[in-house]
Amino acid sequence: MEVGWWGVLIAVLGGAIRIGTPFLFVSLGECLTEKSGRINLGLEGTLVMGAMTGYAVSLHSGSPWLGVLCAGLAGMVLGALHSWLCGFQRVNDIAVGIAMMLFGTGLAFFLGKPYIQPSAPRLPSIDLGAWSEIPQLKAALQINALFLVGIVVAIALAWMLKNTAWGLKVRVVGESADAARALGLPVDRIRILSTAQGGFLAGIGGSYLSLYYPFNWSEGLSSGQGLMAVALVIFARWQPMGCLWVSLLWGGAAALGPSLQSVGITGGYYIFNAIPYIMTLAVMIITCSPRRTLVGVPHELTVTR
Amino acid sequence: MSESRKLTRRQVLKGTAAAGALGMLGNLEWIGQAWGASDKVKMGFVFVGPRDDYGYNQAHFEGKSAVAKLDWVKAFDEEKVPETIEVQKTMESMVKLDGAQVLFPTSFGYFDPHILKVAPQYPNIQFLHCGGLYQEGKHPKNVGSYFGYIDESQYVAGIVAGGMSKSGKLGFVAAKPIPQVLRNVNNYTLGARSIKPNTTVHVIFTGDWSLPVREAEATNSLVDQGIDVVTCHVDSPKVVITTCEKRGIFCTGYHCNQSKLAPKGYLTGAEWNWAKVYMDYAEMIRKGQQVPHLVRGGLKEGIVRVSEYNQVVTEAVRKQADAAKEKFMSGGMVVYKGPIKDNTGRVIIAAGKEHIQTDIWLESMDWLVEGVIGSTKS
Repeated sequence: MEVGWWGVLIAVLGGAIRIGTPFLFVSLGECLTEKSGRINLGLEGTLVMGAMTGYAVSLHSGSPWLGVLCAGLAGMVLGALHSWLCGFQRVNDIAVGIAMMLFGTGLAFFLGKPYIQPSAPRLPSIDLGAWSEIPQLKAALQINALFLVGIVVAIALAWMLKNTAWGLKVRVVGESADAARALGLPVDRIRILSTAQGGFLAGIGGSYLSLYYPFNWSEGLSSGQGLMAVALVIFARWQPMGCLWVSLLWGGAAALGPSLQSVGITGGYYIFNAIPYIMTLAVMIITCSPRRTLVGVPHELTVTR
Repeated sequence: MSESRKLTRRQVLKGTAAAGALGMLGNLEWIGQAWGASDKVKMGFVFVGPRDDYGYNQAHFEGKSAVAKLDWVKAFDEEKVPETIEVQKTMESMVKLDGAQVLFPTSFGYFDPHILKVAPQYPNIQFLHCGGLYQEGKHPKNVGSYFGYIDESQYVAGIVAGGMSKSGKLGFVAAKPIPQVLRNVNNYTLGARSIKPNTTVHVIFTGDWSLPVREAEATNSLVDQGIDVVTCHVDSPKVVITTCEKRGIFCTGYHCNQSKLAPKGYLTGAEWNWAKVYMDYAEMIRKGQQVPHLVRGGLKEGIVRVSEYNQVVTEAVRKQADAAKEKFMSGGMVVYKGPIKDNTGRVIIAAGKEHIQTDIWLESMDWLVEGVIGSTKS
């Protein structure tokens, strides 16, 4: 069936979900971490480590879902390590983050050597497009359950941060550590828990890459998704629901370059491929103002303090 | 407890002496090995990426593994060596510590300045680079180069792809519009159009050698456009091949055999056969012959090959592909024979003119042949 130019729309729709899902998980993880007042730049390493762990466990156990779980646990360990190190006096979380990023990717490459060749079981997909007659649309709407889980996590996180005692504690620790201490809150423990949970989500994001799309473990698997997610959190103004929209937007924009070439728009593909980055820059420039600080930014973040 | 853990100066000195003695023993052992096994041909291989990438580096590693099986050869390799000063260190340590007689730094970027810097210091060691950068007279005497015309295999794969396509639309996921890539795209297209003149090839440039997510996206959007056979020229074709299999279309491979990744859809593929090149070199060195500075070749010389056809490939298509292969094998095939137009309608090769495979003019290719949908302009 000929779809022609509709192909671009279908690719952007499908890409939003396919490419956006790992961004969603990593940015939700980073969002929670930053809400507690820490920046974890190490999520790039966590993502790669999660991808490797997920692939390896899926291969050995035959169960991709167990792989996803273990990827999350691996991410949790890395997250906990990051925040534990940051808990010491005069330790800078950005420097530790960069170290953790190198540590995570290095460890994953080292342990992942034997898993480049074999093919692990893939995560199953759900046919949301069964109603459609168009095979292209059907393929675009073949989504993974992790995407739905991601939406649920985003909603739950938004609700919990706003409405629960736990959410209030995280926000207080992120807004003012001094105030939190005055209230008798265990600042370090809350931060360790938040960062570990953030790492858990980022690890799952990594397993999505290796176990579903593009479904491959190799050392070139991540092209900076973990780092971009940090920028996406700022883009999303530290709102979990914002993370969802921004991730979808990003995924869709990233699908634009290849799909335009497939319909015959053959020039300027470097520009089209750069659209997600251009878009981020544009939004940052348009929304920045010298007269006020960013809305929603946790005041304990080292970059804003 | 903590007291007894403290090392006294005497203990430290003892330890150092012991370690030194061990180190010397190690050295002696190495010298013994080098002497004892001096009749073996020692070959060192340097790879820019992982050995098992289902792509360029794996193809070289398979060549190394083949030559290492010979009992009169000692082959060693190092993977993931960046195209920086690192490769100089690797080459030097292979010469000094492993006693390499010949080195194969396989990545394009190793040549200038790294090989050119290290080679003059070891005039008795051969430095053989994979690629077309060596120039007679300009570069050191102990440097040479080898490369294969893999576009010949792409031509045959193009025939298979064109023959098996129902829509007459093929897809090509390419990294960058450089001559080597364009030559593969053009050969693939010319191969397909040699049997079905209306075939088109959609090319998508991803912009870099390894971008798994974008390669998967490119493959998906090609499939959405009704393309039913896809091939690629990227560092590791794994993602493209598995995505094709998932979408239920055919694919043809590149670099090495990927049929395991797509048992249903992998029609055939263009493969390197470095084992042949490395075996020949080993033989020459064993016999003490002068190693040639330039080694080139295609299907005829056995440096490249075509993957075994999938069982779904029909008899008629097999015949057409084999006929072209035979013609390459006999040396009678000229792919770039006029009249050939590019995809903007410009005549590139006039009627009656032809450019044979070894023609240096082909190595500066910057155009896409008629039938390709795509542009070399970024």
